[in-house]
Amino acid sequence: MKNEDLQNIINGLAENLEFTTEESEFLNVLVPKEQLHAVCNQLKSNPDLKFDYAFCITGMDWGKELGVIYHLNSTEFKHEIVVKVKTEDRENPTLDSVHDIWLTAEFHELEIYDFFGIRFNNHPKLRRLFLTPDWEGYPLRKDYVDEANMIIK
Amino acid sequence: MTDQEVKNKIKTEEYFVNMGPQHPAAHGVLRLLLTIDGEIVKNVEPDLGYIHRSIEKMCERDSYQQIVHLTDRMDYLSSNINNEAVCLAVEKALEIEVSDRVKVIRTIISELTRIASHCLWWGVMGMDLGALTTYFYAFRDREMVNDIFEETCGARLTMNYNAPGGLMYDIHPNFVKRTKDFIKHFKTKIPEYDRLLTGNIIFQKRTKGVGVLTKEDAISYGVTGPVGRGSGFSCDVRKHHTYSAYDRVDFKEALLTEGDTFARYQVRIMELWESISIIEQLIDNIPEGSVKEPTKAVIKLPKGEFYQRVETARGELGVYINSTGTKNPYRVKFRSPGFSNLSVLNHIAKGSKIADLVATMASFDFVIPDIDR
Amino acid sequence: MNFLTMNIPLNITSTIHDWIYSIMPETAASITIMVLIAVAYLALFAVAGLYLVLLERKVAAWFQLRLGPNRVGPWGLFQTIADALKLVSKELTSNDRIDKFLYNLAPYFVIVSTLIGISVFPFSKQFQAFDINIGLFFLIAVSSIGVIGILVGGWASNNKFALIGAMRSGLQTISYELSVGLSILTMVLLTGTLQLSQIVEVQRTGGWLILQGHIPAIIAFCIFMIAGTAETNRAPFDLVEAESELGAGFHTEYSGMKFAYFFLAEFINMFIIASIAVVLFFGGWLSPFGITDGITWFPEVFWFLIKVLVIIFLMMWFRWTFPRLRVDQLLTLEWKYLLPLNLANLMLMAVIIWMNWTI
Repeated sequence: MKNEDLQNIINGLAENLEFTTEESEFLNVLVPKEQLHAVCNQLKSNPDLKFDYAFCITGMDWGKELGVIYHLNSTEFKHEIVVKVKTEDRENPTLDSVHDIWLTAEFHELEIYDFFGIRFNNHPKLRRLFLTPDWEGYPLRKDYVDEANMIIK
Repeated sequence: MTDQEVKNKIKTEEYFVNMGPQHPAAHGVLRLLLTIDGEIVKNVEPDLGYIHRSIEKMCERDSYQQIVHLTDRMDYLSSNINNEAVCLAVEKALEIEVSDRVKVIRTIISELTRIASHCLWWGVMGMDLGALTTYFYAFRDREMVNDIFEETCGARLTMNYNAPGGLMYDIHPNFVKRTKDFIKHFKTKIPEYDRLLTGNIIFQKRTKGVGVLTKEDAISYGVTGPVGRGSGFSCDVRKHHTYSAYDRVDFKEALLTEGDTFARYQVRIMELWESISIIEQLIDNIPEGSVKEPTKAVIKLPKGEFYQRVETARGELGVYINSTGTKNPYRVKFRSPGFSNLSVLNHIAKGSKIADLVATMASFDFVIPDIDR
Repeated sequence: MNFLTMNIPLNITSTIHDWIYSIMPETAASITIMVLIAVAYLALFAVAGLYLVLLERKVAAWFQLRLGPNRVGPWGLFQTIADALKLVSKELTSNDRIDKFLYNLAPYFVIVSTLIGISVFPFSKQFQAFDINIGLFFLIAVSSIGVIGILVGGWASNNKFALIGAMRSGLQTISYELSVGLSILTMVLLTGTLQLSQIVEVQRTGGWLILQGHIPAIIAFCIFMIAGTAETNRAPFDLVEAESELGAGFHTEYSGMKFAYFFLAEFINMFIIASIAVVLFFGGWLSPFGITDGITWFPEVFWFLIKVLVIIFLMMWFRWTFPRLRVDQLLTLEWKYLLPLNLANLMLMAVIIWMNWTI
């Protein structure tokens, strides 16, 4: 399905969605964080969209905001889309978990929590995956400072 | 007494067992916390991070040529394919069109890497299940591939032959002849592998019906590679999002529907045959051309996001580069196939026995540096 | 002189026996003889065990397209001496939560049962330490004691992996003893006697038992090989010590000499199973077609050892080729397939003997 048709259908699912195709080869949708779960549910179950394969779930620190980027693909229609969600809160960022929609998100959200500190609501067991449980700080954030372990050029 | 009455009278307890980071059969440093009731596995919780080297954080500090050198430490058995992923992403962003010669050589080397990786997988799978001789037979053939790589690329395991814009240097004059000799030798070996392991009734009983993964679960968990294809999920990146010279060769995608360990095993054997066929189609007609397009010494990608996916021996590797126009990337994310494959292990290992867990893990072909990055 | 009828007077056992009795009073002489026989068997145990290890390594190397140990001595012949020295000089580590008495007792169970086991075999007409009239029965009974050593060792190690390994081994040995016993019983129907030297005599006059019994004997041999391999915890039934699954099974916590005991006992058990097979099916110390019968003890021992080595090679071949069975598949094999087959075979043998259809 073409990007314009996708945009039309998805626009009808919720308000305040921002679409863009600049600087990316996919159609990007910026979803407000309160509507993330509802929109994702629609993206998977809507018979014209059917995005059932989340092939890349990335945590991101845009400098001021933290967020998650979902790359989605439909195995049936073969179209792809990128869903972004941001949160301004850097002290205690929380987002909705989508692990009940795409089961792969369970592990990816653990990784994002480990490296960015974003907590996910309704996640079955949020814990640090790679780093030791007593590690302080979230390494992949841009303001992470660690003189012992990081070598800055 | 009925079965249920017997169960109620006999009290059993679950206990925790560590299939620890040091393990004779572990495929790397993976710690699995198993909850076992007798011989039945109730829960599998992986504990990762023993070989986490923060590659993604290092990429934010390095230049684009240096990132290539970090990638072949991730999944070291498909190191050439990992390098190719980053190089293709950078070339896509800079809109460089590499010559046909580069594409064909990259494809041949990727397929040789895939053959070497599957050889090692086959040896280790036999060894995990108790047939200790398979390891030696597999390494004998893998040595030949390693020798070819050593002559052309300069290294046996972490090749670094690809560079953004093409290859580091041209292939060695002996490359074509040695590859053809290897293909001729290897074609007589795969039937030997079949006689030794595939047709063995003990092996089939250990792997058929074990560790079944349905197609819906495979798609939802994002399981790709031979594991996904063994369950019927058609996910071969070489077919769906073609890159390099895969559009000019004719090969089949190995796809089976049973979803058990034996199906995953057969998919990889079929992939061995397909790789041989791809190399045969390309090895005789490597076109002439330049092996490196000129790029600036300091590569700066335009502002934007770029995604490139390739098919490694384990599945779909995705490279996501977010660039703000400077000489270092702003964020690099590697979508590793092993990470998604590991997430499904708990789901399919519940209710099976410890021996089945070992067989399932062998068929998944984990390389832990790929999962930990 | 006709070489075949010449009886070279080299009766070693009777010579030594008479000499000792002539120089000491009777009780001291009999004790001395018993001690001598015990020392001879211990030496045999040690040497055979060590050289079987070397043979296994060489055979494994041959299957795996490599050379095996060949540095220590010509063809690596002194390798096992080096290994034995290493094992003797190792530190006996153990953790402090083991059950000390049982932990130290366990290896001795396996060793004593195997040593008693090898004492009943007829290596030649003269060389048999213990020729009792219930020889086979005694042999099976004694080899069942070995499993206690494994269970005790696994429990006393205070280690979950060791316990799992020991439990698996216990149930495996108990199940497969049935098949071993029944296949032996099938052949005893032919011989009519349990005494080992008599069994060899029956084969001297009538031909090897595997030929006398034809079909049921061949089936009994196959079942005996499978069950025998399972009795000794060798591949493909070696899930007890499945290295890829659980560390090292029941002997995880043992090191040094105690580990050497378990290790050697496994190889001697293999020797025992092969010897039973040779005595029951392939004529013991008799030569094929009777070519060297009657020439004292030297060719007889030679034929016995050659036949045993062939069967041991077969067992090693199994180990390096087949993958491992899962524990429930192992039990299914025994209880659902081998046991009914064995019983049917036994009845078939009985029918064949009754109808006088033996060769």
